[in-house]
Amino acid sequence: MNKTATERFWFSVCALFAALTVAALLFLLYWIVIQGASVLSWSFLTARPEQNMTSGGIWPAIVGTFYVASLTILISVPIGIGAAIYLNEYAKQGPLVRMIRMSIRNLAGVPSIVYGLFGLAIFASFIGLGTGLLTAAITLSIMVLPWVITATEEALRSVPQSFREGGLALGATKWQTIRQLVLPSAIPGMATGSILGLARAAGETAPIILTGAAYFLPVAPSSLTDQFMALPYHLYILATQHDQTEVVRPIAFGTAFVLILLVILLNLTAIVIRNRYRTKNEQL
Amino acid sequence: MSSHANKTVSHDEEIKNLKKVTKEKLTQRSFKSNVVDYVMARLFTLFGSIAIIILALILFFLVREAIPAIREIGLAEFLFGQRWYPSSSDPGFGALPFILSSLMVTTGALFIAIPWGVFTAIFIAEIAPRRVRETLKPVIETLAIFPSVVLGFIALVIIAPITAQVFNLSNGLNAFTASVILSVMALPTIISIAEDALKSVPRAHREAAYALGASRWETIRNVTLPAAMSGIFAGMMLGFGRAVGETMTVLMAAGNAIDMPVTEFFGVWLPEFLQSVRSLTANIAIEGSDVPWGSLHYSALFVTAIILFVITFIVNLTADFLMARQRRKMGHE
Amino acid sequence: MSIKAQEVQTKQPVNSNQTLNDKSRPIFDVQDLNLWYGHDQALKNITFQIPEHGVTAIIGPSGCGKSTFLKSLNRMVELVPTVKTTGKVMYHNTDIFSHEMNLVELRSAVGMVFQKPNPFPKSIFDNVAFGARMHGIKNKKKLRELVEKSLREAALWDEVKERLHESALGLSGGQQQRLCIARCLAVEPEVILMDEPTSALDPSSTLKLENLIHDLKKQYSLIIVTHNMQQAHRISDKTAFFLNGEVIEFDLTTQMFTRPADHRTDDYINGRFG
Repeated sequence: MNKTATERFWFSVCALFAALTVAALLFLLYWIVIQGASVLSWSFLTARPEQNMTSGGIWPAIVGTFYVASLTILISVPIGIGAAIYLNEYAKQGPLVRMIRMSIRNLAGVPSIVYGLFGLAIFASFIGLGTGLLTAAITLSIMVLPWVITATEEALRSVPQSFREGGLALGATKWQTIRQLVLPSAIPGMATGSILGLARAAGETAPIILTGAAYFLPVAPSSLTDQFMALPYHLYILATQHDQTEVVRPIAFGTAFVLILLVILLNLTAIVIRNRYRTKNEQL
Repeated sequence: MSSHANKTVSHDEEIKNLKKVTKEKLTQRSFKSNVVDYVMARLFTLFGSIAIIILALILFFLVREAIPAIREIGLAEFLFGQRWYPSSSDPGFGALPFILSSLMVTTGALFIAIPWGVFTAIFIAEIAPRRVRETLKPVIETLAIFPSVVLGFIALVIIAPITAQVFNLSNGLNAFTASVILSVMALPTIISIAEDALKSVPRAHREAAYALGASRWETIRNVTLPAAMSGIFAGMMLGFGRAVGETMTVLMAAGNAIDMPVTEFFGVWLPEFLQSVRSLTANIAIEGSDVPWGSLHYSALFVTAIILFVITFIVNLTADFLMARQRRKMGHE
Repeated sequence: MSIKAQEVQTKQPVNSNQTLNDKSRPIFDVQDLNLWYGHDQALKNITFQIPEHGVTAIIGPSGCGKSTFLKSLNRMVELVPTVKTTGKVMYHNTDIFSHEMNLVELRSAVGMVFQKPNPFPKSIFDNVAFGARMHGIKNKKKLRELVEKSLREAALWDEVKERLHESALGLSGGQQQRLCIARCLAVEPEVILMDEPTSALDPSSTLKLENLIHDLKKQYSLIIVTHNMQQAHRISDKTAFFLNGEVIEFDLTTQMFTRPADHRTDDYINGRFG
C-alpha cells in the first residue's frame, strides 16, 4: 500500500513537471498570440514603419529577414552538405576525422554572439566588406554550418552500410553509389536539418546586431553591402531601445507574433518533409 | 501461336546481343563515370576543407584580435579585475563582474531547469502513455526553436513586472528574472538529452528489476535513473552551455548594470540575485556594435569572447565525453 | 581493358558446352596473398588456383579469414580503411591489386552476394536494373528484357512478375536473396562471390537457393563462403579449408570430405572444433 502511494506521488511529480512544460509553451504563445493578433493586419505586414516606428508596419524587417535567411541558406547548405558528404563518405576514418567531427560538434555550442564578433573581425573589418547584408549572412552561415554538417552526417549515417556495399559490389563508382543509393535515403534528414538551420538563422539576433542589422531603414536593401532591418532585431529595438517603448509595445508584440509564426511554419515544413518521405519510403 | 515461338527465339538472340552491348557500354561508360567519380571526390574534399578552414579561422581570428589587449593589459586583469571602464581616462578591464554574472544567471537557470527537465524527461521516457508522449514531443520541439529575442521580450514585458511586484522592487530586470527565462531556454536541451539517455537503458535491465518484485517507480529510481546518469549529466552540461552562451534573453531581462553581482558576508561572496547584472554575452552585444575597430576596447571585447568560448568549449567537451560514456555503458558503441 | 580481350576466349568453352573438369584454367590465380587489418594479419601466404566454372566452397571456423579472402577477390575488403595487402591475385593475366585493374570493371565482372540480403529501397524492377542503368543503358525495352532474363535466371521471375514495381523490401528473405542474385546477374558477371548466402534464410529458402546455385554454375564461376559443411559438400566441386588465415587444404570436395589430407581438416569436418 505504502509502496503504491510512493509511486503515485512520484509519478504525479513527473506528470506535474511535464504539464508545466506544456504550460510554459502555452503561456508564451498566449501572450504573443493574444497581444500580437490585435495589431496584425495586411497593412501591418506590407507597410513601412511610420512616425519614428510608433505606427505603420514592419515590411522592411520582413524583407530583410527573408534576404538574410535566404542568403544564409544559399551559402551554408552547399558547403555544409558537401563537407558532411566528405567527412562521412570520402575522408579516411581515423583520429583526424574524429577530431574534426568533435570540433564541429563543439562549435555548434559556441555562443552566437561570439560568431557575431568573429564575423565583425574577419568579414567587416579584415576583408573590408563593412557591416551589411552579406557580412551578416556569411556570419550566420558559419554559425549554422556546424548544425547543417551534423544533421547531414546523421542522415548519411542512418543509411545502411549494406546499400553502399551493394552498389559498389555491382561495379558502381563511389559517386554513383552515393548519388543513387545514399543520397535518396538521406535527403529527408538533410532537408530537415537545413530547414531547422534556416529557422535558427531567421530567429537569431545577436550576430546581426554586430554585423549589419539597422535600427531603422525605410526601404529594403538594394545591394549586398547595404544594412538591413530584420524581424528579431526590430523586436529588440522596439522592446528596449526605442524612446517610447510603452507606445510601441503593440507593434513589438505584432513583430514577435510574425517572427514566431515564421519560425513555427519553417519547423512544421521540416516535420512534414520528414513524415512525407518516411511514408513514401514505406510505400515504395 | 507460331509467332509466339518465333518471338522466343529472337528473344534469346536479343539477350545475347544485349550481353555484348552491356559489356561495350561498360567499357565506354567506365571511363566517363570514373572521371566523374574523380571530380566529385575532389569537389567534396574541397567542400570539406573549406568547412574545416572556416572553423579553424574562427579560433585564429578570435585570438588574433585579442592579442593586443592581452599584451597590454594582461590576462590576470581580465579574469580577476573588478572594474570595467574600457574607454575612460583611467581605464579598467576587469571582466570579473561579467564572468560572475554569466555563471550566476546560468546556475540560477539550471537550478530551475534541471529538476523540471529531468522529471519531464522521466515522464516522457518512462511513464507517459504513447499518445501523451507523441503530443509532448512537438511541444518541446517548439520550445527549442523559440527565438531567444522573443523569450527576452516576454521576460521584459511579462515576467519582470511580476518579479518586481513579488519582491517589491522598483524594477524587475535582474539576475532572477534572467534565470527564470533562461531556464526555459535550457529546458528543451536537458529534456531531449536526458530522454535519450533514459531510452538507451536496455529493456532487460528494467525487466530484471520487475522480476525481482520492484514497482515501476522503484525500477526507475534504482535501475533506470542510475544507468542513465552519464547521459543526464551530459544534458545538464549542454543546458549549461546553451544558457551561458545565450545573449538576447539575458540582454533584455537582466538589466545590464556593470557591477559585481555579490554581497560580501563575513568575507564570503554571496550571489545577489535581485540585482541588475550584465553577462559576458550581453556586454559584447552592447559594446560591440559601436566600438571603434582596432581599438584597445575592441580587442578587449575579443578577450571576453575567448573567455566565453573557452567556457562553452569545456562544457561541450565534458558533455561529449559523458555522452560517449553513456553509449559505452549501454553497449551501443 | 585487357579483360575484354580475354573475355571472348573465356566465354567460348561454355558456348561449346565443354564439360568442366579439374583441369579447366583458373579464374583466379592467388599468389602469396597476405592481408592485414592494421597490425593484425588476417590472411597469410594464400596461394591456390580457383578453377573457372563450377562451385568453389570456402570453409573454416569463424575468424579464419574466409570472408576476408572472399572480399579481397573483388577488393571490397578495401572498404575497411586500415587494410593492407601484399601478393597477387591474377584475374585474366592482370593482378587485381595493380594499377591496370579498373575497380569498376573488376566489380562488374566479379559480382557479390552478401550474407544478409541487401535489396535497395527501390522497386524490384529498379533493383535489378540498377547496374545496367548505371552502366548507361537507358532503352526501356532492353532494360525490361534484361530484368526479365536476370529474374528468370535467378528463379524469381514467376514469383514477382506481377509486382515488378512494388518495393523489394516487401519480399521474403529468400526472395530478397534471389533478387540480389538477379541484380548481380544483370551486370553480366563472370564470377559470383557469395558470402554465407543462406545463413539468414530458412531451410526451404536455403534449398531453393542451393538449387539455383547448382543451375548457375554451368555459366558462372561461383565462390561460396559457408560455415555449413553439409552445404559445402552438397553444392561445391572444390573446397578450400581455411584456418587462422591460411589455406590448410584445397582439393576436390569429394576427396576432401572422404579422405582429407590434413588432420586439422579432418578434425574440423568431423566437428572436433569449430
